[in-house]
Amino acid sequence: MARLNVNPTRMELRRIKDRLQTAVKGHKLLKDKSDEMVRRFMELIRENKRLRRELETELSDALRAFMLARASSDEASVVQAIAVPSKRVDVTCETRSIMGVDVPSVKIESRGDAELPYALPSVTGELDLSVMKLSALTEKLLRLAEVEKACNMLANEVVKNRRRVNALEYVMIPDCEETIKYIMMKLDENERSTQIRLMKVKSMIDNANNV
Amino acid sequence: MTESGKIAVIGDIDSALAFRAVGADTFEADENSAKTVLKNKVKSGEYAIIFVTEQLAAIMPEELEELKNLTYPCVIPIPSCLGSTGYGETSIRRDVEKAIGADILGD
Repeated sequence: MARLNVNPTRMELRRIKDRLQTAVKGHKLLKDKSDEMVRRFMELIRENKRLRRELETELSDALRAFMLARASSDEASVVQAIAVPSKRVDVTCETRSIMGVDVPSVKIESRGDAELPYALPSVTGELDLSVMKLSALTEKLLRLAEVEKACNMLANEVVKNRRRVNALEYVMIPDCEETIKYIMMKLDENERSTQIRLMKVKSMIDNANNV
Repeated sequence: MTESGKIAVIGDIDSALAFRAVGADTFEADENSAKTVLKNKVKSGEYAIIFVTEQLAAIMPEELEELKNLTYPCVIPIPSCLGSTGYGETSIRRDVEKAIGADILGD
């Protein structure tokens, strides 16, 4: 471990002792934060996995049904029916904080109340069914988006936090400790040399007086 | 922060068209144009959530990784009409590996 590059004085010693104290306190706090973040992350990632599994099958089914429906009726009429939808889905975005990480929290906001965004006679019933299936999935999709984003962000934050904890534990704290030891030894050494010098001077004076 | 955002879907024509029916903005893209389309949508700032089909997400991992640090927009891979490629689940596993150091999710 590298010693910090400082002068071995009492003032520096005090400064570094303060710094060590802060580092130790910070290390403990960050470690606790890391533990809690990992716990939250695991909860979220389990939900994420469950949601994704469910959605992947349902969504693939719905999309496949849509594709088949499109194939069974004529191209132009489907595109025409869908091209200008009477329904819109927007979201209200807010942020929510998980362990100091701002993750998104969205609320669905749909406009247009028609269940199907086109006139019924224009296309086949299969298309209606697939669109309804898909509409039912919208809310779940948004929930997945929210959870997955939170997981992404938390994962990055956990990594960042772990680096900080490790930097404190394996670099900052040992460096400070070593520097403190070095300064104390230096100061003790100085004190001893002063003592010896005084003793030497005293004996020289004594010798001079006796002669 | 409260504001409203739109939902975008970027994918092949079959997948994209279906989402138009439920009220999202859809953009068709293929392997070549996907990056540009995504970049434009992100830059416009109108979209809170951008769904990208797994096939397209798989060819631009760097772009998606970059966007992971921002709160909005959320760029989320979804299966296309061709079915799931498993990309979404792999990315969940990657997150776990990143955060924990090992894949502990099991099956």
